[in-house]
Amino acid sequence: MSAPPPAIEVSRLVKTYGGTTAVNDISFTVARGEIVGFLGPNGAGKSTTMRILTGYLPATAGSVHLCGLPVATRPDEVKRRIGYLPENNPLPEDMRVSEYLYFRGRLKEVARRQLGPRIDEVLEICDLKRVRHRIIGQLSKGYRQRVGIAEAILAEPPVIIMDEPTIGLDPHQILIVRDLIAGLRGRMTVIISSHILPEIEVTCDRVLIINQGRVVAQGTPAELRREIFGQSSYVLEVAGDPATLAAALATVEPDLRATPPGEAPGAGPEEFRRLRLTTARPDELGEAIVAALAASGCRVRAIGREHPSLEDVFLAATRRSWDAVQAAAPRPTPAR
Amino acid sequence: MKHLPTLLSHELRMLLVSPATYVAATLFLGFMGLVFIKIVELYGGAPQETSPAVVYFQLFWLPVCVMVPLLTMKCLAEERRAGTLETLLTTPVTTTEVVLAKFGAAYALYTALWASTLGFFLVLRRYSGDERFLDAGPLLGGFLFIGVSGLLFVALGVLASSLTRSQSVAGILSCVALATLILGGNALADSPWLDQGLLRPLRAAVDHGHVFGHRDDFARGVIDLRHLLFYASGTALALILSILSVEAKQLHA
Repeated sequence: MSAPPPAIEVSRLVKTYGGTTAVNDISFTVARGEIVGFLGPNGAGKSTTMRILTGYLPATAGSVHLCGLPVATRPDEVKRRIGYLPENNPLPEDMRVSEYLYFRGRLKEVARRQLGPRIDEVLEICDLKRVRHRIIGQLSKGYRQRVGIAEAILAEPPVIIMDEPTIGLDPHQILIVRDLIAGLRGRMTVIISSHILPEIEVTCDRVLIINQGRVVAQGTPAELRREIFGQSSYVLEVAGDPATLAAALATVEPDLRATPPGEAPGAGPEEFRRLRLTTARPDELGEAIVAALAASGCRVRAIGREHPSLEDVFLAATRRSWDAVQAAAPRPTPAR
Repeated sequence: MKHLPTLLSHELRMLLVSPATYVAATLFLGFMGLVFIKIVELYGGAPQETSPAVVYFQLFWLPVCVMVPLLTMKCLAEERRAGTLETLLTTPVTTTEVVLAKFGAAYALYTALWASTLGFFLVLRRYSGDERFLDAGPLLGGFLFIGVSGLLFVALGVLASSLTRSQSVAGILSCVALATLILGGNALADSPWLDQGLLRPLRAAVDHGHVFGHRDDFARGVIDLRHLLFYASGTALALILSILSVEAKQLHA
């Protein structure tokens, strides 16, 4: 028996609006049950890509398959398989929460008999029971966001697409939304765009970074760190003779380079100094460094491995793509 | 079309909680009440040749040009401005279902408001004790004209709402389109210059779309298939253009 198709398969997707290319030759795949973070600066093409995935916008070129179904030719079947929370989460102001969920459930073809219990379930999951009879227009931003999420998961679709689900939420509400999304892991495929990068790092299995309509990096946060920075670094607080120290480090790894990030000028061998050690080796060297330094008579007070944050990865990846575009652009001819 | 009943009941509910609906209903019933009082005074002063129902429907255009824009201006323009049209169209509903539901709800309310004015005639008959005040022929003809022409008027309102994000612009567009159709057609029908030379074929088209002429025919009990076709085809065209307008704006969203 052949394996089921991936939840989302995007191949060479292009979208242009009146001469502007919003999405430029994007390709990626999302496996079933995976939670993927979609990152990019404003105007990078994230929302456009998400709208194409939902079948709301047609693509200019390329193909998009959702659960094996082509979005371009079978949009109705695709729409039955997605839950979508758009950017800014537009909701009807004059409806009550439970009425709205009932209406959306009927449109999403949830059987009338199952709809009542399912609404109770999503209200419970999203902690909305207290406000189920409140008018949506009178709800706070956090509650409104949760109503949008409840609506997206209401029909239990295999794919959930969320455009900035945590925007404008306070830390408590972000935690609730994070737990809620984590609870979907394995059952539903989730694709989330967000500017809150630590949030994406905690929640997502994989990250796609998009800039100027192109995918500039993709992989797990650890893979991206390796790909973008290509080295590990350690911060060390040590006292000892610099020549002995260099020799001891060379015994651990010949390409281990020490740079003094915050050394006090004129510090003697008896005084502690902070050093940053960098190496291309991805494996853990902390223990070996401590052992080598101790054997050579140097005193180690602290050692720690530095992890570039996803924010650093994001900034480096987007900067790299801008640099590539600038390098490819023709230089202006000087005026004579 | 399986989502149409769900969408239609939702749209009716949304119209019933909208303040614009109550403004439209109050203005309409107030105006038609005043018209009716004037008719009663006229008929109380001296005997008239025509039935009061015929006179009653003569001023139909004035409430139509105000009420139809108020009932329809919000339907698509506001949904697009608020972004709820996007969430609606990412469910398995089609643009056709959405437009038909908006049209159906506005038309149901339009006809319900007109139907409620039948009460004026019932009250008059009850207190005057005169059967002639409930002259079935012109009354039925008049309400049939309102029902048939209302299809086109409401469809034009929906079309205007599909063209813009702004409710007020949609309302103005709708009012201008209705006034042009009803009053412009009447002004052209009375223009002698249309009978000259090359313009003569245009005269046939103007006569065919002369709404006041249709009203008089319906009031006399003349149900002309050409009139019915005019309103049916006009309604279909306006709704198709509304669907295309929503889809075209979606392409450039």
